[in-house]
Amino acid sequence: MSVLRKALMGAAFVALSGSAAMAGCGVTAGNVKLLGNDFAAIHDVADAAATCAGDGVTFSSNLTSEHDKLGVPALTADPAQYTTVHVTASTIVPLLGGGLIRPLDDLVAKYGQGLKKTQLIMVDGKVMAIAFMANAQHLFYRKDILDQAGVEPPKTYEDVLAAAKAIRDKGLMQYPFALNTKVGWNLGEEFVNMYLGEGGSFFKQGTAEVAINNETGVKTLNMLKDLVAYSDPDFLTFDSNATSKLWESGNLALATLWGSRAAGLLDDTGSTPEVVSNTVLAGAPTVGGGTIPASTLWWDGFAIAKNITDADAEASFAAMVHGLSPDNIKAHNDDAVWLAEGYTPTPAAAGVTATAQAGAKPYPMLPYMGLLHTALGDNLAGFLQGSESAEQALADVEAAYTSAAKDAGFLK
Amino acid sequence: MPHRTFFWFILPSLLAMFLFIAMPIVSVVIQSIFVEPEQVVVTTQTCDPFGCTDQTQVDAEATAKVRAQYPLGRFNGLGTYLDRNHLAAADVAEAWASSDSPGAFWAKLMNLSFYRALAFTLTYTFVVTPFVLVLGLAVALGVNMLPGVLKGPTIFVSLLPMIVTPLIGSLILFWMIDSRGIIGASLQTLLNDPGLSLKASPTLTWITLIIYGIWHNLPFAFIVFYAGLQTVPSETLEAAIVDGANRWERVRYVVVPYIAPLVVFVLLIQFMDNFRVFEPIVGFSAQANASSLSYYIYNDLSGTNRQFNSAAATSILTIIGVGILLAPVLIRTWRDFNRKRA
Repeated sequence: MSVLRKALMGAAFVALSGSAAMAGCGVTAGNVKLLGNDFAAIHDVADAAATCAGDGVTFSSNLTSEHDKLGVPALTADPAQYTTVHVTASTIVPLLGGGLIRPLDDLVAKYGQGLKKTQLIMVDGKVMAIAFMANAQHLFYRKDILDQAGVEPPKTYEDVLAAAKAIRDKGLMQYPFALNTKVGWNLGEEFVNMYLGEGGSFFKQGTAEVAINNETGVKTLNMLKDLVAYSDPDFLTFDSNATSKLWESGNLALATLWGSRAAGLLDDTGSTPEVVSNTVLAGAPTVGGGTIPASTLWWDGFAIAKNITDADAEASFAAMVHGLSPDNIKAHNDDAVWLAEGYTPTPAAAGVTATAQAGAKPYPMLPYMGLLHTALGDNLAGFLQGSESAEQALADVEAAYTSAAKDAGFLK
Repeated sequence: MPHRTFFWFILPSLLAMFLFIAMPIVSVVIQSIFVEPEQVVVTTQTCDPFGCTDQTQVDAEATAKVRAQYPLGRFNGLGTYLDRNHLAAADVAEAWASSDSPGAFWAKLMNLSFYRALAFTLTYTFVVTPFVLVLGLAVALGVNMLPGVLKGPTIFVSLLPMIVTPLIGSLILFWMIDSRGIIGASLQTLLNDPGLSLKASPTLTWITLIIYGIWHNLPFAFIVFYAGLQTVPSETLEAAIVDGANRWERVRYVVVPYIAPLVVFVLLIQFMDNFRVFEPIVGFSAQANASSLSYYIYNDLSGTNRQFNSAAATSILTIIGVGILLAPVLIRTWRDFNRKRA
């Protein structure tokens, strides 16, 4: 869909629903200040929530990819600088730990009749956030290339390796595979996905003591190394934008990419009809004989700040719930794998849905997971480049994490 | 100038320096010697769209109480400076004891991320700075020779690398050196090596970053030297010509000594600028192969768990590093100043 058409549809939608919306929000006073990430689905929710403005309700929003850096300081202030924030399984953790977001049970009772039970993020029996969309990394493949290479669509990462080898041996592509392996957060995420697929656990049961330097960790790293052998040599610079462009330019036959990118890859801009019509979305592969997909499930949702007046909290909650109204979800059905009422699954959702149904685990919502993720992202490049052993890389991760976790007060 | 007048004259600057330089440094020092108070964790049931599990969470209330008791956190002394993510005292000692050759020790040292960052930062500083000085002077001398009508446009074009925002400049080059970009693909064809990638190998990444650094910093040295050249007295130069000095000798024995104070000035600024190299690492996505102290600080402050104490310790170590780098030049300048006064 062209940008222009999207904009026109959005404008038409706002114009049509504007007058009806004010009545639908059900609040007459309060300020709504939204902080969120910057992608289509968030804009859809924010635009609809904005229609609640008027009649004593004000609305402002700051949608930026730097939202995760602003959240904690902005909500620590009293009064908080934002009344509602976009959160994920990872960004909610420091907000919970700092006691910066409020329980939503009373607001859910008052305004949340339309919400599904699965949308409620419960911590210790209290609703702390409302999820509205799901995301996961899963397999994308090119039907035509796999047919030419004479291989079946892969179900496991071992199949992926075999398929990539067949494609290379047939001379179809030298580097048929990619995943988001940019050093830092992206590479850390790939380790997390693969390690969970191998059946590993990151910490000693019930403690913050890391436990990844084991057989499972080594197997995970070896699989990643085998996979990137079929990636372009620049793989350590590949983030989501880079891999999407590689896919759209027809340089890939197999890739593990974020589900939220699917709509962009399946639309008719940025690529050729040949690539688009042959792009198939499948669930994330399993690995090492494991039964669950080597991927983590993510949710995106919103939470309400603690350090604000009850009136602002009420207005914010009502406006955000209005942003998730079935009409709005229907109008933007293709933009995400929505968890809210009104969503009809589309081809772009097939991969995420299949991954969730196959039993992939959610990203661990642990207070010290972020520190381990950072340590993983920073210390694995040496091994993938062949300058370090797997055991050494894992030992480095453990040492970097342990030092940081001691400073953060999680370890003694 | 009487001391009293002098005092009132510089008071506003002193005040600004105290507020915006001294106070933040004090704050950073304090942050670097404290770490977070102990976190109180509890196991609670957590439910999300994908099911319910028992997970560890920080007990916000209990932790807030501990925080209120110790607002600065736990005192850690030099602990952060010496831990594995910084100077790694224990690991370096262990590496020293267990290595039988300097090469083995070096390999173990380079396995520590702080020393990796330090190694690149120092290499970058000590390679880029001399190149910028020499090439900057060469360009200035060249432009100075041009006929008047060409000078303006040439100066403008020569300044362009400095006008481009560093992050944008490096991002543009990042795509140009991509294996499908114009420079990357041309190199592959010229060298007949289809696997060549400037982004994949550590050595080539370092060379790329250093060339970018020279390209970006050169105009600064050029414009300062060019201004300096305008003040070189023509009588001295003519006298040198009469004495039979060739062009090289005139530059070596007349021009360079004359603009020596400017060379020291550019050297100081370049040392400081290059020591805090940051943007090209982000722009070139070079984190896999090169990291700098500034990038190290940035990395600690991004991500969901921000490590203020770690970032503060690296900041202080960076300040110390700049101090050590500049010390010889500053001491020399101070001596010259005293000699002139005496």
